[in-house]
Amino acid sequence: MKLFKKRNGKLRLTLRGKDALSGYLFILPFLLGFFGLFLPMILQSISFSFSNMEVGTDGYVLSKAANHGFEHYIRALTIDPDFNLSVLNSIRDMWSNVLLVIIFSFFAANLLNQKFHGRAIARSIFFFPVILTSGIILSIEQSDLLLSTMNSETAQNSSGISDFLNIAIFLSNYTSLPAGVISFLSEAVTGIYDIVIASGVQILVFLAGLQSISPSLYEASNMEGATGWENFWKITFPMISPLILVNALYTIIDSFTSAGNDVMSSIKTTIFTEVKYGFGSAMAWLYFLAIALILILVGGIISKKVFYYD
Amino acid sequence: MTTASITRAIWSLFRAVIVIGICFVILYPVFIKLSVAFMDEKDLYDSSVVYIPKNFTWQNFRVAWEGMDYTKTFVSTFTLSFLTSVIQLFACLLTAYGFARFKFPGKNLLFGCVILTLIVPPQIIMLPLFMHFRFFDFAGILEAVTGKPLNLIDTDAPFFLQAALTIGFKNGLYIYLLRQFFRGMPKELEEAAHVDGCNRFRTFLQIMLPSAVPMMVTVFLFGFVWQWTDSFFSGLYLPTKKVMASALSSLAASVSSSYSSSGGSLTFVSPGFTSMMNNTGVILIIVPLLVLYLISQKSFVEGIERSGIVG
Repeated sequence: MKLFKKRNGKLRLTLRGKDALSGYLFILPFLLGFFGLFLPMILQSISFSFSNMEVGTDGYVLSKAANHGFEHYIRALTIDPDFNLSVLNSIRDMWSNVLLVIIFSFFAANLLNQKFHGRAIARSIFFFPVILTSGIILSIEQSDLLLSTMNSETAQNSSGISDFLNIAIFLSNYTSLPAGVISFLSEAVTGIYDIVIASGVQILVFLAGLQSISPSLYEASNMEGATGWENFWKITFPMISPLILVNALYTIIDSFTSAGNDVMSSIKTTIFTEVKYGFGSAMAWLYFLAIALILILVGGIISKKVFYYD
Repeated sequence: MTTASITRAIWSLFRAVIVIGICFVILYPVFIKLSVAFMDEKDLYDSSVVYIPKNFTWQNFRVAWEGMDYTKTFVSTFTLSFLTSVIQLFACLLTAYGFARFKFPGKNLLFGCVILTLIVPPQIIMLPLFMHFRFFDFAGILEAVTGKPLNLIDTDAPFFLQAALTIGFKNGLYIYLLRQFFRGMPKELEEAAHVDGCNRFRTFLQIMLPSAVPMMVTVFLFGFVWQWTDSFFSGLYLPTKKVMASALSSLAASVSSSYSSSGGSLTFVSPGFTSMMNNTGVILIIVPLLVLYLISQKSFVEGIERSGIVG
């Protein structure tokens, strides 16, 4: 790509060069923010993870940690008894969670895109979890004594019929599905509240995508005699596929970085309760590397199948 | 009756069952909160009271309203959330459009950086961020002029700065969403505008933005809701200024302390009382969001219908 050319002895922008320049101008807010603020913060945090911090009255002093600075990393990986296990656990929980959320939100968005009475109300209620799960509200709810006792009380009251309603027992008695599938399905049924409240953003993204598909595509295919089923697989699904990628990545990030995640909370207590900033930063960076690896893997696989309408 | 109409009837029945079921799952905790908020404290310990309060009272709301200093908190949180989400909406729109439509060296790498800002947990950089805004300076200029760096803690400035520079809370997500949206739009309109002599920025403002309204409303709504209930950054930057999140988390404690200081007999704070205050406070926080949400829901649909002509 040639951006400059010489004309009359002066260096001038080519057409491509002008295009590139306006591109840079458009993303200027991000460039300033990333290189002016975000990157320096990141570098500072990395340097914390390689050092021991002494906090004094007039600021802090950094000294290099043992083992060429890798002391905290070695400790997290080989000495700390919980760290490896909790990272692996959160990765394992993530898979089923992401799959269920994507399926549910895609289904819900298709449902909400159809015409029926009370659609506006149903939509408002389906997106309501975006509000319910944000920031302070979720943490207040999780720490609330009364709500948790109320819930456990109803669970105890219904224990008589719970065997009858237990889908795992039902499936293992009456079908010959493998145990893995049964536990996945029963998790989906018992965890329906968690799945539903984790899907607000994803439903919104899918719905906005569904509505940006031009109706003329459907008109044309109906004219040719296509059925609803064919329309779904030949038009809706390809057109929405870029958003499946977005939602998959978003759900992965959300399940890894939510405040309720075990690793996140142990990092937070290490840094703020035990005041081990170096060790906490090292744990955070190791965890971050694991997240990044999974995102690259998933993003690479899905983006191969994505269709862009250009 | 034809087969088609029977299938349609069965499908709409099936759909109604599913939709109502999911709505119930979502709304059930809210119903519990509402019923607790209208209860008197002794109803909590009465096992004959299920969902419907025996001693219906507005007392909880009155106490929570005062304890949160609601009117004042509302105004300050609204200003903060509204300005932050508008600023970040426009910064993200510009960035997303730049990524969606222009070719420039290092584009993929820079977009990787956008995703990086999203997946780096904010906990990692919170201490450096705090130090940065506590001793805010721009390349040493402020120190040279006034003699000391600026303290931006307990002002709204850190939020606005982060929003304008697109590194605020989940801004990477907004950029990604808007970029996907712009990429899905046909290029012909912009090319036509360009041929007619419209410059890049005007094309963006007059051609692209009107059709991006649904996405803009979505992003604005997210920004507003997350800023409204945010306890992470507001806890970091606003240690003394009251916003909704801090008012709610300290609600039960502040109510009980104001009781005892005014000569009340409340020496022991029961967990039931704390819980009642929390539930009432959550409802007080949710209601404005709900109102905003219902208003923008309408323009959301309108915007979508307009974009249908373009798409």
